[in-house]
Amino acid sequence: MRPEVNESDINFLKEKAKILRIEILKMLTEAGSGHTGGSLSAADILTALYFYKMRHNPKDPVWRERDRFILSKGHAAPVLYAALALSGYFDKPLLKTLRKLGSPLQGHPCSKLLPGVEISTGSLGQGLSIANGIAMGLKLDGLLSRVYCLLGDGEIQEGQVWEAAMTAAHYKLDNLCAIIDNNGLQIDGHCCDVMYIEPIVKKWEAFGWHVIDINGHEMKAIVNALNEAETIKEKPTMIVARTIKGKGVSFFEGKVEYHGMAPTHEELEKALEELER
Amino acid sequence: MGERPSKTEQGKKSAEKKSVATRDAYGEALLELGKMRRDIVVLDADLSGSTKTGKFGKAFPERFYNLGVSEQDMIGAASGLSLTGKLPFASTFAIFETGRAWEQIRQTVCYSNLNVKLVATHSGITVGEDGASHQAIEDVALMRVLPNMTVIVPSDANETRQVIHAIADYYGPVYVRLGRAKVPPVTPDDYQFKIGRAYTFHTGKDVNIVAMGIMVSIALEAAEILKNEGIDAGVINMSTVKPLDTETLLNASKACRLIVTAEEHSTIGGLGSAVSEFISEHRPTKIIRIGIRDDFGCSGTSEELLRLYGLTADNIVKTVKEALK
Repeated sequence: MRPEVNESDINFLKEKAKILRIEILKMLTEAGSGHTGGSLSAADILTALYFYKMRHNPKDPVWRERDRFILSKGHAAPVLYAALALSGYFDKPLLKTLRKLGSPLQGHPCSKLLPGVEISTGSLGQGLSIANGIAMGLKLDGLLSRVYCLLGDGEIQEGQVWEAAMTAAHYKLDNLCAIIDNNGLQIDGHCCDVMYIEPIVKKWEAFGWHVIDINGHEMKAIVNALNEAETIKEKPTMIVARTIKGKGVSFFEGKVEYHGMAPTHEELEKALEELER
Repeated sequence: MGERPSKTEQGKKSAEKKSVATRDAYGEALLELGKMRRDIVVLDADLSGSTKTGKFGKAFPERFYNLGVSEQDMIGAASGLSLTGKLPFASTFAIFETGRAWEQIRQTVCYSNLNVKLVATHSGITVGEDGASHQAIEDVALMRVLPNMTVIVPSDANETRQVIHAIADYYGPVYVRLGRAKVPPVTPDDYQFKIGRAYTFHTGKDVNIVAMGIMVSIALEAAEILKNEGIDAGVINMSTVKPLDTETLLNASKACRLIVTAEEHSTIGGLGSAVSEFISEHRPTKIIRIGIRDDFGCSGTSEELLRLYGLTADNIVKTVKEALK
């Protein structure tokens, strides 16, 4: 467990998150397609996981005692790839091959092709069940490793998520911490217009989870929530991270059309200016 | 299907041995494995009494997970357990395992080639009285189409026990199709199951019947009747439907004029399709598929349903005689 974070740690993480966003935008522009909005909204969360909270070893991606991360919202692959590259799982130039023929950086994460990806995802609603299974296995082995799982808010419309929610509470998987990237938008519009998902916090509480409601772009809040989750016993933890789709680039923020659209070269230039300002 | 009295030589010999449901053999085999190996974990979706995984659950409660009525979640949890090096066996009824959770099996178990064993019971129409909603006649087709998947349909209790041990020693996704009803023993005493290898009881010069599961004993009965009528009929137990034992098939097709496939499954996508796909490409031979013809099952006793859908020795005999006319 890490001690209380200080201001310089937070500043370091904020800077990392900025670099993550830059890499996300560059690789998406190069690919010409992909999911911009939901990658940017999750950038701070993945930064806190990969550069603060998780015990992992890029030199040994299958280290038995590592913490696990499952990207249940697999379409946010660019944010995962950026985190893996910046952690040292592979060389940064590989990011330019995103979505290209022969690349290990598939449109959605593929564990057979890319070390560091725990399991292939992309079809929504399935990651939490897998995270549960990993958490069960780690407990059987008496390992202290923890499992993190990132879901989209639109994703929780999938029924399997709630099957998994019951399972995690039933089996008291306190080594599991899930996070919802609650950016409020899905492909067809606002989540609550497409299919009403609120009250998210009450739902997870009712399912027997410890719930922490935070601003998903406030680094200190993310870090504190991840630390709090580790202290909770007999219950899984859900961090409801209130985020903004497209966060970090003013003209992408809150725009539903950038769910599944890559930046143009012009947009990239403007975006990089904003981020590096 | 109750204790179906066997009329064949083989059957008479084995009548001394008891008819046993393949699901019962599964429950016993899991217990044996559980004692031998610490890495075995078992998951079920509220049917552990029927699938017989409950025996393992009683013996090794810390390694048994009941997921409740949630098959999709069960497959995900099994996948996660396999990612930590465990060897999960996930069981429920065949229709729910392969139908309800098909996409989870595709996206996670097969795409990532995980070491997850899917052992489903209550396949086919011999589920009986519960009717069409509970009778999986599409499961082999649904599993066979998936890359990395191995599909095995044991014919009796002895073979089931061997299959369960064999797949525990094999890395990769496997689907095993088991039944609810008791089946007479058909495998010989010295039988040794091997993944991907069919067992030929006899190679016929006139016809060879390629069967899986409960249809093996019925095919043996049919072959006996045909023999008495002067038709040399062979029987092949194609217990591994994928990968198909193409060498055995090729030899059988060279030896005879007609191949008949027999399965307690839809004629679309199952054993008959697998055999047809291979034979039509490599050694075109006339093939007749006996199975359920683009239809659902219904309620009734196992025996009544087998007769209704033509899954009987008499129907195989009639089909062969007409085709060889």
